[in-house]
Amino acid sequence: MARVQAALIAAGFRRHATYRQATFAGAFTNTVFGFLRCYILLSVAAAAGGAMAGYSGPQLVSYVWLGQGLLAVVNSWTMLDLAERVRTGDVVADLLRPVDPLWTYLWTDIGRAGFALLTRFVAPLVVGALAFDFYVPQSFLAYPLFILSTLLAIVVCFACRYLIGLTAFWLLDIRGVTMFWVFVSGAASGLYFPLAVLPDWLSTTLWVATPFPSLLQAPLDIAVERGGTGQALLVCLSQAVWGVLLFLACRWAQSRAVRKLVVQGG
Amino acid sequence: MIISARGLRKDFTVTRKVGRLRRERHVVSAVDGVDLTVERGELLGYIGPNGAGKSTTLKMLTGVLTPSGGEVRVCGLEPVAKRTTLARRIGVVFGQRSQLWWDLPLEDSFSLLRHIYRVPEGDHAARLKQCSDLLGLDEFRHTPVRQLSLGQRMRGELTAALLHGPEVLFLDEPTIGLDVLSKQAVRSFLTDLDRRGDTTVVLTTHDLADIEKLCRRLVVIDHGHVVHDGTLDELHARYRSRRIIVADLDTPWPEGLTLPGAVVTSVEADARRVTLTLDGAAAGEVVAALAQAVSLRDLSVQEPNIEDVVSRLYRDES
Amino acid sequence: MAEILETTRVYGRVLRAQVRSQAQYRTSMLLEILGSMVVNGLDIATVFVLFSVTGALGGFNGTEVLLMTALAAAGFTVGDLVAGSSDRLREYVRSGLFDSLLVRPLSALVQLAVITFALRRVGRAAQGLVLYVVALCVADIPWTVGRVLFAVIVPISGAVFFASLFIGGATVAFWWIESGEVANAFTYGGRDFTSYPSTMYGGWFRDLFTLGLGFGFVAYFPGLVLLGKPDPLGLPTAVAWCSPLVAVIAACVAAVFWRIGVRHYRSTGS
Repeated sequence: MARVQAALIAAGFRRHATYRQATFAGAFTNTVFGFLRCYILLSVAAAAGGAMAGYSGPQLVSYVWLGQGLLAVVNSWTMLDLAERVRTGDVVADLLRPVDPLWTYLWTDIGRAGFALLTRFVAPLVVGALAFDFYVPQSFLAYPLFILSTLLAIVVCFACRYLIGLTAFWLLDIRGVTMFWVFVSGAASGLYFPLAVLPDWLSTTLWVATPFPSLLQAPLDIAVERGGTGQALLVCLSQAVWGVLLFLACRWAQSRAVRKLVVQGG
Repeated sequence: MIISARGLRKDFTVTRKVGRLRRERHVVSAVDGVDLTVERGELLGYIGPNGAGKSTTLKMLTGVLTPSGGEVRVCGLEPVAKRTTLARRIGVVFGQRSQLWWDLPLEDSFSLLRHIYRVPEGDHAARLKQCSDLLGLDEFRHTPVRQLSLGQRMRGELTAALLHGPEVLFLDEPTIGLDVLSKQAVRSFLTDLDRRGDTTVVLTTHDLADIEKLCRRLVVIDHGHVVHDGTLDELHARYRSRRIIVADLDTPWPEGLTLPGAVVTSVEADARRVTLTLDGAAAGEVVAALAQAVSLRDLSVQEPNIEDVVSRLYRDES
Repeated sequence: MAEILETTRVYGRVLRAQVRSQAQYRTSMLLEILGSMVVNGLDIATVFVLFSVTGALGGFNGTEVLLMTALAAAGFTVGDLVAGSSDRLREYVRSGLFDSLLVRPLSALVQLAVITFALRRVGRAAQGLVLYVVALCVADIPWTVGRVLFAVIVPISGAVFFASLFIGGATVAFWWIESGEVANAFTYGGRDFTSYPSTMYGGWFRDLFTLGLGFGFVAYFPGLVLLGKPDPLGLPTAVAWCSPLVAVIAACVAAVFWRIGVRHYRSTGS
C-alpha cells in the first residue's frame, strides 16, 4: 500500500514537473501580485501608525509573500480534473478501480503540491526576501507548526476541490460554482488581506463556520506567530477537524454519486 | 498562370530534449525549395506521405503561414501581404478545421458567409442551389452543425468554400474519414466542378482513389521536395508500373509454362487461376499466346495500381 | 467611409451569430452574468475593507478613492468585455483552428475578439460604468468643459489600454503556448494595481507600473485631473492629462506585437 501511495505522489510530482512554461509563468504572476499586495498592506499599516489589525510591517511582509507562495501549493484556484472526467464519463473507470479515487486523487495532489513547494513557493519568497524585510519567528516551534499547518491546508483545500468536482455529477456545468469558489477562497482565506481586518463578527464566523481560513490564514498566522504556541496548536486542530469533516462529506457525496450512476447507468 | 511558386521554403525550429534538462534546437525544412505553377482551370493533385510538406505548402499558398524563403503568387497576389484581398478570391477546406458555426444551423453559416464575402443575393442563391442539388444539402440545412455527421459537414464545408465563387479552391484532405457514399458525393462534385472549368482546384489527399478518379496532373512531394510533376500516366511510365492479366482456366495451368513478354506471378485455385504481369510485351500479344496455350474461361486485364506506384516512389526517395 | 461602415456591419453580424449561439444555454448564461457581477462587486468591496482601517488610502479620502477605483473598474470591465476572452487564442493556436480565421477576408484580430466574445461579461461592464457615474456624482469635482470631456474620454482610454493588454498577453501564445498566466500579472494584476492610488506603492515597482507600463494613466492620473489635485508624487499636471495618448500608444504596441505574432504562427495540430 505504501508503495502505491509513493508511486501516486511521484506521478503527481512528475506530471507537474513537465509544465515548465506554466510553472515559470505562475511564479512570475504570483511575484508581481506579491509586490502589489505587499505595498498596499504596508501603506495601510503606515497610515495606521505602523501596524494593521495587530500585524507589524515585517509581519505583513511575511504574510503577503508566504501567502503568494502558498497559493500555488494549496492550489485553490485550479480545479481537479475530476469534474472534467465526470462530464466526459471517464470517471466510471476511476470508480471501478480497487483503490478509492478519493485517495488516488489525494496522493497525486500531494505530489503536485510537493513540486509546487520546490518551485512556485520558493521563487516568490526569494524575490520578496530580496526586496523586503521578513519577520523572523522568535520561537523555533513556529517552523514545524508551519509545516504541519501547510500540510493540513493542502489536505483541506484538496477536499474542498474534490467536493466541488463531485458536484459535477448533479450540475454537469460547474463553471458557476467554480467562479464563486475562486473569489470566496481568495477573500475568505486571507489572500487579499488578513481576516482580522474584517469586523469581528465576520472574521469569527469565517473561522468557526467555514473551512476557508484553514487554506491560507492558518499557516500564515502561525508563520508570523500571531498568538502563542497554544493558539497555533488550536489553529492546527481546527484545520484537522475541517479536514476530517470534509473528507466525510466527500465520502458521503461520492457514495451518493455512485448510486446515481448505478441507477441511471451513467 | 494562377498559382506560381519558386524556391518556396518553410523552416521550423524544433526543440528536442537531450538528457534530463538540456534541450537542442534544430531547424527543420518542412518545405524545401518547391517550384510549382498551376494554370487556370486545372485540377491538381498534391500528394505525398505524412509530414512531406503538403499542408505546409497549402498554408503558404493561402496566406496562413509566412514562407521562410522563395516567392509565391496566387491570383497574382502575395498571399501573406494581401491576405484579406486574396481570401475573397480563393476558397479553402482544411479537412479537420471547420469554417462553419458550430452551434448554428448550416443555413445560418451560409448566410453569414454571404455577408462576410459580400456576395450579391442573386449570385449567392444561385450557387447555393447548385451546390445543394449536387451535394444533397436539403435534408440537413436546418440542423446545427454540431449535430451533422462528418460526411454531411464536409458537404457543408465544400459549399461554404464555394459560395463566393472563388477562382481557386484549396482542399486539404477533403475525403479523410468519410464514409463511402460521402466520398463518392464529394468526388463526383469535384469532377463536375472540374468539367465546368472555371475553378482551379488544388487537392491534397491520402486517398489514392481520389487521385485516380480526379487528378489529371499530379505533384508528388516528399521531404519537402517535389519528386514528380506530371500526369498519372507519366508517373506510371516513369516507375515502369506494369499491367496485370488474370485468367481463369478450364484445365489446370501446365507447370513450367512460360509466355514471352510476361511473368507468371501466381497460380491459385487448383491451378485454374493464373496471374501474369506484363513485362514489355503488349497485352494483346500475351492474351493471344495465352489462348493458344490453354483453354480460357475468363480473362481480365488490370491497370497498374496507383497505390503500388506511389508507395514505390516514397521508398525510392527514402 | 462606406467601406468602413460595411465592414463594421459584417462584424456586427458575426457578433450577433456568436451571441445567438451562446444564448442557447440561457440559464447557465444568466447565472454567469449574475455571478460575475457579484464577484466584481466583492472585488471592489475589497478595496473598501482596507479603506476602513484608517478611513483613507494613500492619502486620499473616501470619494477620491472611489473615483479612482471606479475609473479602474470601468476601464477594466469594458476592456475585458471587448478583448477579455482573447486569451482563448491559445486554444486556437494549439488546435490549429486559427487557420480558419486567416482564410477569411476579415481582420484576424477582430474576428478573434468577436468569436470569443462572452455575453456574460456584459453585466460586469454595465456595473463598472454605473459605479463610475456614481463616483463622478459623489466626488468633489471642480467641473469645467475640459474636465467634462476628459471624464467621458478617460474610461474609453482605460478600456483601450486594458484591451491592448489582453491582446498583447494573448499574442504571447504564438511563441509560448503554456505561459498564459504571465499575461494575468498585467491584466488582472493591472486591474488590482489601478484600483488603488499609486501613492500606496513604493520604490521601482511604483515607477515601473505607474509610468513605465502606463497603469497610472488608467485611474490615478485621470483621478487627480478630475479632482483638480496636484500629484503628491510630483509629476507635472500636463502629464496627468495624457491618458488618451498613452492608450493610443498601448494600442499601437499591441497591434505591432500581434502582427509579428501572426507571422510567427506555425499552424501545428494537423
